[in-house]
Order: sequence, then C-alpha cells, then structure tokens
Amino acid sequence: MSDYDVIIVGAGMSGLAAGIRLAMFDRRVCIVEQHDQFGGLNSFYTRNGRLFDVGLHALTNYVPDGVRAAPLPKLLRQLRIPRDEWNLAPQRFSEIHFPDRRLRFGNEIGLLTEEIAREFPAQIDGFLRLVQAIHEYDDTRLNPPKQSTRVILADYLTDPVLTDMILCAVMYYGNPQPRDIDWTAFVILFKSIFLEGLCRPRGGVRTIIRSLVKRFRECRGVFRMGCAVQSFAVSDRRVQGVVLENGAVLTADVVLSSAGYPETMQLCHETSAQIEGRLSFFESIFVLNVQPSEHGHKAAIVFFNDNDRFTYDKPDDLIDPSSGVICCPNNFDETETIEGMIRLTSLADYDRWANLPPAKYASARQDCCQRALSRVIQAGLLPDIQPHVVFVDSFTPKTIRDFTRHINGAVYGSPDKHRDGKTPLENLFVIGTDQGYLGIVGSLLSGITIANLHVLSADL
Amino acid sequence: MTDEQVKKAVLDIIAIVSPDADLSNIDPAVRLRDQLELDSMDFLDIVMELRKRFKVEVPKEDYMQLASLDSCVAYLKPKFETAGVRL
Repeated sequence: MSDYDVIIVGAGMSGLAAGIRLAMFDRRVCIVEQHDQFGGLNSFYTRNGRLFDVGLHALTNYVPDGVRAAPLPKLLRQLRIPRDEWNLAPQRFSEIHFPDRRLRFGNEIGLLTEEIAREFPAQIDGFLRLVQAIHEYDDTRLNPPKQSTRVILADYLTDPVLTDMILCAVMYYGNPQPRDIDWTAFVILFKSIFLEGLCRPRGGVRTIIRSLVKRFRECRGVFRMGCAVQSFAVSDRRVQGVVLENGAVLTADVVLSSAGYPETMQLCHETSAQIEGRLSFFESIFVLNVQPSEHGHKAAIVFFNDNDRFTYDKPDDLIDPSSGVICCPNNFDETETIEGMIRLTSLADYDRWANLPPAKYASARQDCCQRALSRVIQAGLLPDIQPHVVFVDSFTPKTIRDFTRHINGAVYGSPDKHRDGKTPLENLFVIGTDQGYLGIVGSLLSGITIANLHVLSADL
Repeated sequence: MTDEQVKKAVLDIIAIVSPDADLSNIDPAVRLRDQLELDSMDFLDIVMELRKRFKVEVPKEDYMQLASLDSCVAYLKPKFETAGVRL
C-alpha cells in the first residue's frame, strides 16, 4: 500500500483547498511544503515585529451574504467553512488612473458604468454590450480556445484609452501573458473584479490561511513542512514516488502539484515544450505613521499608467515604474485599527535582477523602491507619504524565484494554462497558477476543481 | 426502514453540503436542483457523503436517480437495505 492516497506539492491556496476536499472524504492526504510557512504566494511574514501579507492584500469575487451561485460562496460550501470565519470587509471603491483620466469602480457594476458614461460618453453603449457578452460567455469549459482579448474588445470599444484602462486593472490582477490576455482569462478576471468585487479579510490573508489549515487538520490531513521535493520517481508513465531533498521517498496513488507546469515537468525530468512565463514584479510595502486616508488617499486599490499607451510587458530595465498597482489595506474597513500601509507594485525584469552582482543588489533594490514611489507621487497618484514612512520592505523577481521556485520569478506562471490539470503522467495533475485560475479565490477553486475531477469523481 | 427515514437521511446530508439551503418546504416530487439551487459540485458532495456515511456507491450514470426526494427514496432504499444500513 502507498504511504498516502494523495500527495500534494505546496501548501499554498490551491494545495490547501485540494487537501481539504480530499481529506474531508477520508483520503489519506499529505501536503509537502518546502517552507515552514503556509500560503505560498498568498502568505505572510514577519519583519521587525510586523506582519506583512505577501499577496495584494485583497480578495476578488466578493458577493454579499446570501448570494449562492458565485465562486466565493461555492468554494466556501465545498470546503465547509462558514463565511464569517473569513471576516471579509468589502471595498468602498478602487480606481483606474491614466493621464487626465480616472475611472472609479466599486462592488456593483453601476459605479463603473456611470464613470464610463461620464469620461467616455461615446463608448458607453459598447461597454454595456461588452458586459452582456461577458455575462453570456461560458468560462467554465476545461479546454476553451485561445483568443486575443484585444481583438475581441475592438468589437465593443473604439477608444484605445478606455480599452487600455480596463486591461490595466485586469492584467495586473492576474495576466501571465505580455501585451495581450487570453479571452477566457479576461472574462474570469473581469467578472471577479468588476461584476463581483474586492474585499479584504480583516486581519489580512492569515485569517484565511488559519481557517484553511485548521480545516485540513480537522479532516486529519498531514503536513510535512520545511520539506522540499527534489524530484518525482517516474516509471510506466506514472509517478511512483515523491523524492524529498532529505532523501526520503513518499509514495502515493495520485500526486497534485502546485509547483507550476514547466517546474513540475522538471521534477519529473521531462522536458516541456511549454513557454515559460516571463512577467515578474517588483513590490514595496511602506509602513506609515499615519492613515493614508487622512492625507486624502481613499481608494482601496489604484491601477495606474502614466504613459500614452499601456503595454504590460517585461521592461528593458530593472523595473518599469510608469504603470502598476497601489494597494492600501487600510481603505477596506476603516474601523479596523491597523498601521497605515501602502503597497506599490511595478513590472520588473527577472534576468536583470538575477544577473546583478551581489554587491549591487541591495542598492538597486533601494533605488528602484525610491524611483517607483517618487514617480507615483509626482504623477499625483499618491499624496507625499515620504515623511511618514517608518519602515519599508521590497521584494524583487529574484525574491519570488527563490521563494516560489517559479522559473523567471513569474508570479502568474506560464501563459499556457492546463485547465483540465492533466500532464503526460496519468496520476500527476497540476493545480494552482498553471491550472489557470488566479488570485486567492481562483487558486482555491483550482484545488477544489482538480481534486473533484481527477480524484473524487474518478473513483465513482 | 421507512421512506421518511431515507428522506431524512438525504436532507441531513443536504443540510451539511449546503448549510444555507431552506429545507422546510421541499416538494418530494420536484427536482431538488430546481428548489435549492444545487449545482454539480453540490451533487458530487451528496454522493461523496452517501458513500462516507453509508458505504453506498452512486456511479455517475445513476446521478439522475437522485434528482428528487422521491426518486432518492426509490433508488437508495434498496441500496441501503442491501448494505445493511440502519437509519
């Protein structure tokens, strides 16, 4: 008999969700995680006695209590977690900011529609048709055709600035592909941001992680933390065992891997023809001794671009500070007393960071942090918070690579997704980033979907 | 084993799978899906729960047998009896 029915590689959101589903129905499940911390790309860490979230501080797919047929309530039902446990605070509003243009949006499509009618009156009919088309598109198919969103959007919107503004928010939220985005991915992200909405768990992402870890343990799931996988032992087109870096071998009937598709193939010593993702990010968190709203910054999230056109591509520099995301966790629920915090994200080039001589790395990091901050202050996207900064932490594409082992530090993984989770090996499936659903809600659904499809239903 | 006991066993499972569902006025002759907004993920859970609690297997091709409470009784009662389930 195998050591486990299922081994899951990675204790991130997708691994935890898959683990809960399987353990709930009495499968013997072990989650193997290289770090001592849960959450993967949506984790938290401590610096100088402060807790920081790794992810965007926000959850998509917010729907009011009582709505049933939507991803968030569905996944809570599937995991049998009461919604109250996540203590979600909905945003009031966020915005998309371009030169001389600003669109606010909230958790009802109404605000965005009004804003577009005001800023782009000639586009409003096209926009409403677009929303209709998105409502009608079936994004749940496991093998949808790849289609260019820019081409499709041209049927609805004729103003390139509006097209870019919508793409800016959607792409920063979860697009692994440069310049354009696959239509199915666009539809899923558009729904999750604009038709549903944004919220933040009070207490940060650890509120969710704690709830998931507790649930997995209640179902008698087993964790092996601080345990990196070195390779998969493969024969007869099956994974026979998971080889850990300490030399131990664990056997299982099924393996679910959240390591990324090309990364998973490397663990099998298989080559993958798949294109590797190359979009990575530079991110700084500024801790302030004031609340950003006291200085006039009230948006939960600002997606911005201060160039003529918005490109979303790997920069020819360490970072590209001309577009990005400003996130303020304080602006979800102002009654929650947390230190003032601003998180600023820019596109970055992994190779340039990886090739920096060690002596220059720290100063480059500091330099880029300052450049990105100065730029958004000069562009009027953020009040001058510099006198109020009490602590800064930045991470680079190299940090992402070292922490997640994602090739090229590609946060959103490869542009080629594997929605059915299948690999060339019959008992190995991918979950998480490269299965194709993104964000916290997407990753959780990914784990649930693949566990249901390839383990629970497969046994029937 | 009475029909009512089988219905109750099914409703107990639905109450766990879909805790916010209102089970007070279910018409046993009408499809559960139409009354409770159950989706395919919820149905999978009902099947998994039947297996976990009563060791009763419902293969995919028989899913439609669980459409309404009445059809659940017709389909599950003999299975429960064969499996020696005591309700």
